[in-house]
Amino acid sequence: MNPVLHPLTLVTFFPLLGVFVLLFIQPERKNAQRWTALITSLITFGISMWLLAEFNAKDPDLQMEINLPWIQVAGWNISYYLGVDGLSILLVLLTTFLTPISILSTWTAIEDRVRDFMLFFLLLEVGMTGVFLAQDLFLFYVFWEFTLVPMYFLIGIWGGPNRMYAAIKFFLYTMAGSLLMLLAILWLGIYQGTFSVPELIAKGGIPADIQLWLFLAFAAAFAIKVPMWPLHSWLPDAHVEAPTAGSVILAGVLLKMGTYGFVRFNIPLFPVAAVKVAPWMALLAVIGIIYGAAVSYAQKDIKKLVAYSSVSHLGFVMLGLFALNPQGIQGGILQMINHGLSTGALFLLVGMIYEQTHTRDFAVYGGLWKLTPIYGTLMLIVVLSSMGLPGLNGFVGEFAILLGAFGSAAIGSPWYAGFAAIGVILAAVYLLYMFQKMFLGPEGSVVEEVKKLGHSIKDLNKREIVTLVPILVLIFWIGLYPKPFFALIAPAVDKLVAAVQSAAAVAMY
Amino acid sequence: MVLSEIVTSGPDFFYLAPWVVFFPVIGLLINIIFGGRMGEKAIGTVASTASGLTFVVAVLLVLSLRAHPEGATIPLAEWIAIGDLQIDWAFRVDTLSVTMMMVVGGVGTLIHIYAIGYMHEDVRYKNDPGRYQRFFVFFNLFIAAMMILVSGDNYLMLFVGWEGVGLCSYLLIGFWYDKDTLGRYSIDNAQAGKKAFITNRIGDFGFLIAGFLMFWAFKSVQFDTVFEAAHHIAETQTGMILAITLFMLLGVAGKSAQIPLFVWLPDAMAGPTPVSALIHAATMVTAGVYLVARSAPLYTLVPAAQGTVALVGGITALFAATIAVGQYDIKKVLAYSTISQLGFMVAAVGMGAFVAGMFHLVTHAFFKALLFLSAGSVILGVERGHHHAAHGHHDEHDDHAHDHEEVFDPGDMRNMGGMRKTMPVTFWLYLSGTVALAGIFPFAGFWSKDEILAEASALNFTVYILLAIAAFFTAFYMGRQIWMVFFGEPKHEAAEHAEESPPVMTVPLMVLAALSILGGALNLPGVGTFTHWLEHTYDKFSAMHLHHGEFNLTVAITSTVLALVAIGISWMLYGRKPQTQGQPDPLKRILGPIFTGMENKWWIDELYWAVILNPYIVIARFTADVIDWRFWHDWFHDKVIAGSFQWFSRTFLDSWVDQRGIDGFANGLAEGTKELAQRLSGIQTGFVRNYALSVFIGVVVILGYLILQ
Amino acid sequence: MLPISYYVGLSAILFSIGALGVLIRRNAIIIFMSIELMLNAANLAFVAFARAHEALSGQVFVFFVMTVAAAEVAVGLALIVTIFRNKQSIDVDQMSSLKG
Repeated sequence: MNPVLHPLTLVTFFPLLGVFVLLFIQPERKNAQRWTALITSLITFGISMWLLAEFNAKDPDLQMEINLPWIQVAGWNISYYLGVDGLSILLVLLTTFLTPISILSTWTAIEDRVRDFMLFFLLLEVGMTGVFLAQDLFLFYVFWEFTLVPMYFLIGIWGGPNRMYAAIKFFLYTMAGSLLMLLAILWLGIYQGTFSVPELIAKGGIPADIQLWLFLAFAAAFAIKVPMWPLHSWLPDAHVEAPTAGSVILAGVLLKMGTYGFVRFNIPLFPVAAVKVAPWMALLAVIGIIYGAAVSYAQKDIKKLVAYSSVSHLGFVMLGLFALNPQGIQGGILQMINHGLSTGALFLLVGMIYEQTHTRDFAVYGGLWKLTPIYGTLMLIVVLSSMGLPGLNGFVGEFAILLGAFGSAAIGSPWYAGFAAIGVILAAVYLLYMFQKMFLGPEGSVVEEVKKLGHSIKDLNKREIVTLVPILVLIFWIGLYPKPFFALIAPAVDKLVAAVQSAAAVAMY
Repeated sequence: MVLSEIVTSGPDFFYLAPWVVFFPVIGLLINIIFGGRMGEKAIGTVASTASGLTFVVAVLLVLSLRAHPEGATIPLAEWIAIGDLQIDWAFRVDTLSVTMMMVVGGVGTLIHIYAIGYMHEDVRYKNDPGRYQRFFVFFNLFIAAMMILVSGDNYLMLFVGWEGVGLCSYLLIGFWYDKDTLGRYSIDNAQAGKKAFITNRIGDFGFLIAGFLMFWAFKSVQFDTVFEAAHHIAETQTGMILAITLFMLLGVAGKSAQIPLFVWLPDAMAGPTPVSALIHAATMVTAGVYLVARSAPLYTLVPAAQGTVALVGGITALFAATIAVGQYDIKKVLAYSTISQLGFMVAAVGMGAFVAGMFHLVTHAFFKALLFLSAGSVILGVERGHHHAAHGHHDEHDDHAHDHEEVFDPGDMRNMGGMRKTMPVTFWLYLSGTVALAGIFPFAGFWSKDEILAEASALNFTVYILLAIAAFFTAFYMGRQIWMVFFGEPKHEAAEHAEESPPVMTVPLMVLAALSILGGALNLPGVGTFTHWLEHTYDKFSAMHLHHGEFNLTVAITSTVLALVAIGISWMLYGRKPQTQGQPDPLKRILGPIFTGMENKWWIDELYWAVILNPYIVIARFTADVIDWRFWHDWFHDKVIAGSFQWFSRTFLDSWVDQRGIDGFANGLAEGTKELAQRLSGIQTGFVRNYALSVFIGVVVILGYLILQ
Repeated sequence: MLPISYYVGLSAILFSIGALGVLIRRNAIIIFMSIELMLNAANLAFVAFARAHEALSGQVFVFFVMTVAAAEVAVGLALIVTIFRNKQSIDVDQMSSLKG
């Protein structure tokens, strides 16, 4: 097949076409720019649907691979190698799904330098999709670092008052971890003679102690991205300062790059080390769950609360992944999607009210449900999804994760899952607190404040509802009938679990 | 052909089972989508019909079960399937689940109808008619969730309903989320809802852990699979079943408001009265009892767990009954009464008297729903009276609520009195509920409570004593309530002008009253219809031997005498000499500080605040502000990492290494040369003689050297 | 004939007087004269040794020295006159502008 028209190439690089078109639209024609970006991202989503149709759910291996030599000098064997399997297909879809939604959410929120904004957004999509599809470590690293640049500008140009601090912190913090990963990638490339992930996995044979170091080097990059406790300090800054669409993508997709990295690289490449450190990763995950929940509860800023809730939620994902059994990993991967949907929707909703009130301080809110019944109801559903109410998406993932972790041989003790389950209680505490502060009780002072400005708080408009409905549909769908989603993940995860178990068993003797 | 099939093999409507969930979902969807344009009557009708249809399905299932007592499982779809973990959406039809469906569908429908009338007035008193639609949407949602709970074929589906009803409870307790129970603007009601949800989540945590333990022990959470393997597992892993059942007990304590998690239920009275009746008396709170009854094959394997459950139930029954004595709010009394009665049920199922527990669950649903709804009728009657007293008779209570009036609590029994004259229908209804609850022969409560007491006297004497005393208190506080509310003189003009409720409210009450009076017929001693009915479910498991409640005359007479004595004492205190407004409770004189304890609910809420909530808030704030922000974010990252980098780059590298080191070396070289030159220039005295002397000395030295060499 | 040591002894005495004169006196003219004295002490030694060794080279050297001395006096006196014109003094202690 023509490498340019290959579905994976197309789904990754199609947004560049939009970027190209945007360059030729005059800066003042803002609507044309918005539509260009939206249509581009929708077409990209369409391409990803085509990908899904072509995808064979029963095949545990990489599919639709494209592997072309790229940099072949001095014995270095770097190639343009894309492929998709059960571990990544849902994340690719999540990326292409959330991008148009985010773009739609900026319709009235971004008035300043619209063209540049859309341009960076589409570039960001290229990077993210590339991260999930790259099967060559070097190529992966290129995409991985590439995502930093547009995000840096999105926060730094369109962010809140403290945006430069947040943008620089985001950039440097994540960059620092990536450098260790780069060292590990170079080690692998030099000593194993290839950068191709499937080849590296097939080759194996890295001694256990070296595996451990390589594992830690990769983990440094991914753990910061996730972010795992205690490396989360960049997250509240980035989230609070980022524009709404940036927060959505940051929480929805960028954080998943970290957890995806663990499941794509760390576990299969260094299975012995993975088994060895599983209890420690689980410990950090559990601390993150409880810590994130407690810290969320004490926030006075709505966005910060949601930001810290990510620390807690991604703790669940990490706990699931390092259970290293089918329930845990499948639950973990599904929970990545769930978190992308729920937290993405939370940021969208917070952004929608912020656009009207220009404050995120809990103290001034209250009684909004009466004024904005649709907004309140949608927020309630999303909050419930986020706290894992059975019947909605969050529960399915959390349940599978906790169940997997509870009986995981790698983690080795049910106490981890037991403490993590306390996080489920605490999630209800901080999320209901947030819902109550914003929507229940008597009207808050913000209502008066907005009135003074000459307009009243309005319920969601049609565009905003259209933005949210697709997410809500998925929230119910995954909650009630997650089978199609699990069916996509299952074969690849089973293969991964089997590989880890056999590798660990070999290493034992 | 169909007809002949039905005739030969009996009707088989098992396939209809999923509709107990679908009907209310359809109802709520209709009300969400079209409710805005339909008007109150239509909304109420849709919701009630949806609920009524579930009852019809339940009846059809009863008929089918009579022909096929073994029941059936109706699979609907695969839900979660990962490796060994296989969980389906499947509906279980057996005598136990259908009993619950009957209660939920039947009592639920009656309360729906009642709510049409009740909410019509309530939304006007509270000045927000827009919420009428929302109420019935939540109500239907509750029926759906409750039906999932009782009809699920596995523990996880049960858990879906379990949390679903918790959600509805949260939404409905906080239904007037911008007010407090007196209708003032406040966060209190919302707070009560949150308290309920979170307390329940603590219980749900136990349920989840039980589920995990169960899965890893049995590789399944499906009822039959678990129960069949339970015996085997119990032999190899003794502690496992104990752990599962005890963690499950935590869930039971949360949902069925048992010690230590009962605190949410009294606050839940912030919800509109139909909510209190349906959710917080008749159905949802009995879910814990249902769970134990459902898990009977597990509990019967571990006597330690059974004993714990029974003891928790017994203590709760007594503890809550004492608090009920000291309450003034008509609904609060009933709330604590509910906790107490749930204690009876939990104690019963804990002891292994599953039939007695379920029997009491059913009769309690009848009379407690009746009591709550009648109390709602009383409250609305007082509300009407209050309104008339304030505005005279010409002014209808449409647009202006009581925001301009003094704060008046229509639920406070100290404002009532003499209402048997102003609300005669409600009075008789309330009375029939009261005697049923007090356990007076031959009303429903007598039979069911007596069966529990009889079982307890045989199985667990400690629990029997606890329950018997609780029964005494029950009769006392109900007597107290009757005297305070319906007898004596009105203590407030609102009670004086109270008006009777419309038929849409009283007719469902009459049905419930009839059930409260006759409900005992379900399981009369010697006949045991209900026992035989439930046996079909329990007989499947050979390990189970169901207790057949034996009628015990001594126990029956003892409890009847206790109840009558209690009512007599309550008459002495509250009925003989009617109270006047503002007079302290007569019991306070006698009991003193003990009564203060009862009045203040033994300070359990305060205790929890002090021991759990405040510490958590303090810890959370400390973690967030000090540890995460000031230490980790500001100090460690900004000061230590960014700061050290800046120190490293600015101070160390820039000013030290670069400026002082490298520049310093270059400059120092120049400076040194200059310095040296300056020093050396001192030799240049400029005096020729000095130079000459130097030359001379030099020559001498050189010559000397050459000569001496 | 006188032994060579007498000549050398005289030459050394003259040289020492000259050297002392250079070191001690401040007047530039006298210093010049002292230098002349030292040169002539050297000349005496040259001549004495040339006679003793019966070689002409020493006597030739004396001519060179005398030429150098004449040149030196010519340049030196010119300098002294110029300095005197500037400073109104030929005291060498006052000629210290080279002092560092």
